[in-house]
Amino acid sequence: MTRKDVSVVAHLFLGSARLQKKRATLTIASIAWGTVTILLLLAFGEGLKRQLSTNEQAMGENLAIHWPGETSKVWKGLPEGRRVQPRIDDIAMLRERVPECDIWGEMRSGRTAFTYGRKTVNASLAGVNWIYGDFRKHYPRPGGRFLNALDEEEKRRVVFLGYELAEDVFGKEDPVGKTLLINNSPFTVIGVMQKKTQSSSYGSPDKHHAVIPITTFRALIGRDKLWVLVLHTRKPGDMAGALARANEVMAARYGYDPKDEHVWGIWNTVKGQEVSAKIFLGMEIFFGIIGALTLIIGCVGVANIMYAVVTERTREIGVKMALGARRGWITAPFLLEGLIYTFLGGLSGAVIAIVIVTLLGLIPQEGNQVLEFLGKPTLSWPIGAATVVILGTAGLLAGYFPARRAAAIDPAATLRYE
Amino acid sequence: MSEIIHMEGIRKVYDTGKVKVEALNGIDLVVTPGEFVAIVGPSGSGKSTLMNLIGCLDTPSGGRYRLAGENVSAFGKDDLADVRNRRVGFVFQGFNLLPAISAYENVEMPLVFGGVAPKERRRRVEELMERVGLSDRMEHKPTELSGGQMQRVAIARALAMQPDIVLADEPTGNLDTASGGDIMQLFTDLWQQGRTMVVITHDKSLARRASRIVGIQDGLIVSDGAAAA
Repeated sequence: MTRKDVSVVAHLFLGSARLQKKRATLTIASIAWGTVTILLLLAFGEGLKRQLSTNEQAMGENLAIHWPGETSKVWKGLPEGRRVQPRIDDIAMLRERVPECDIWGEMRSGRTAFTYGRKTVNASLAGVNWIYGDFRKHYPRPGGRFLNALDEEEKRRVVFLGYELAEDVFGKEDPVGKTLLINNSPFTVIGVMQKKTQSSSYGSPDKHHAVIPITTFRALIGRDKLWVLVLHTRKPGDMAGALARANEVMAARYGYDPKDEHVWGIWNTVKGQEVSAKIFLGMEIFFGIIGALTLIIGCVGVANIMYAVVTERTREIGVKMALGARRGWITAPFLLEGLIYTFLGGLSGAVIAIVIVTLLGLIPQEGNQVLEFLGKPTLSWPIGAATVVILGTAGLLAGYFPARRAAAIDPAATLRYE
Repeated sequence: MSEIIHMEGIRKVYDTGKVKVEALNGIDLVVTPGEFVAIVGPSGSGKSTLMNLIGCLDTPSGGRYRLAGENVSAFGKDDLADVRNRRVGFVFQGFNLLPAISAYENVEMPLVFGGVAPKERRRRVEELMERVGLSDRMEHKPTELSGGQMQRVAIARALAMQPDIVLADEPTGNLDTASGGDIMQLFTDLWQQGRTMVVITHDKSLARRASRIVGIQDGLIVSDGAAAA
């Protein structure tokens, strides 16, 4: 391209843009609309994905919860139908034999009376090993703490409360340091759980229950049978191996066929995570396709308008050719128009989408049940980059095809007087 | 340079798929500088095809065509565009002004394509508008002008790049008698100032003003001679 080309094209382009203000505005608006749609769609998708993922992980990651059951196979002369019941002492043995994972036990009592002053609330009570806190995401509010090794060792009468249970029992008062009665035994509140949105749970949602050391629980209730036994691995890939080894150890301990799948009811969250990952991916693809189609519709609109313009200006293009316009000078303004319209439309669409997403982000999420599960719409760089690529390509195509048609016009045919 | 147009055995065949139409069957035509040539003939005789070829809007199917010494029958589309810009000034029956821009901008258009600097463009456009008597209509859109005025703007546009020939296709065909007379007078004036004019016309009174009348029929030149005074 020479300087002459540039100046001629600029002259022609500025001339036509000045004349077509209304068309330009409408075209830019349609692209902007498409951009807003795709960005919002993807932003909601991203927000939903992040929120679902947070909600799902609120219970903890890489967990295998074991509910004890009965044998279904005859094994070494022992009949089927025997109940396998792990006890508190099994934890230490399992930890020793299967050192690659974290293991804890849980005891539970369903309806337990929590009394503070004149108020009594019924909720479920769990007795757990202290490592439970981190892996089950029971993070304390500032000013409090979770159970620790000493609490467990010394069978201390300390309790960690779910935040809703804390509010039910203590109202607006700060529970930390206060004494409450659990089944008429005094306990000191050492911490209250931070708020979290949780989409899956076993027993009861974490916000509703109270947690005490497993050793205290045994002393209080007077039994050592575990309600569930839980395995945690650092990496999801380690879960299958850890499960197999733990099963072998328990099979030897309680005398059952290691292949007997009815002995334990196991909830392996790693499998759930894999399924969710696929669902999230599917969701993103779905939103992406819908968004891309929306944008393409916008660009087809641009191309359509430009085609109409080429047809409408056939004679004009013929005249310009007769006066000495090269083909490039005829096509470049169309290409430029397509690109500039998509650029301006994309830019204003992006600004609008960012404003909307920012405003939505200002709505407080806390206490809003819809938002707690829908999440906050979030714009990310990959979304932005994808939109730019789609828009850029579409803009080029929207200009290219009409331009090619314009270049193919035969001046001799258009100039004949009709 | 003694010849502006030099055509030798020019043929043009339109291939419409099933039928081949021979519009021109071997035209030999030489036009020298300062001539005023009228090309006359019945409709369908090949006049318009000849005009398109002379004006480099189309390329011949056979034969040789030199325009001002350049062998344009071998040129590509963009080179032909440059040749049209520098050497040919078109005047059409339907004026073919761009409707959305002013008379001034219409006349300026070939100068933009010719790469003329903005200052020089302004000087030339103003001079040409003066020359065709429309200095006071420069900012008018074509739709705000009469037919005669539009054709004068078109003539100013044709002259903008100081072309070797002015090529006109029925320039008076769309005008009333009075305006047509004005345009004919303008053509005569231009010729007398030394311009080479080629006019395709049905209009006998216009043809009579030419220095030479070329008759064409069925794609062949059937008569060629000085106009009867």
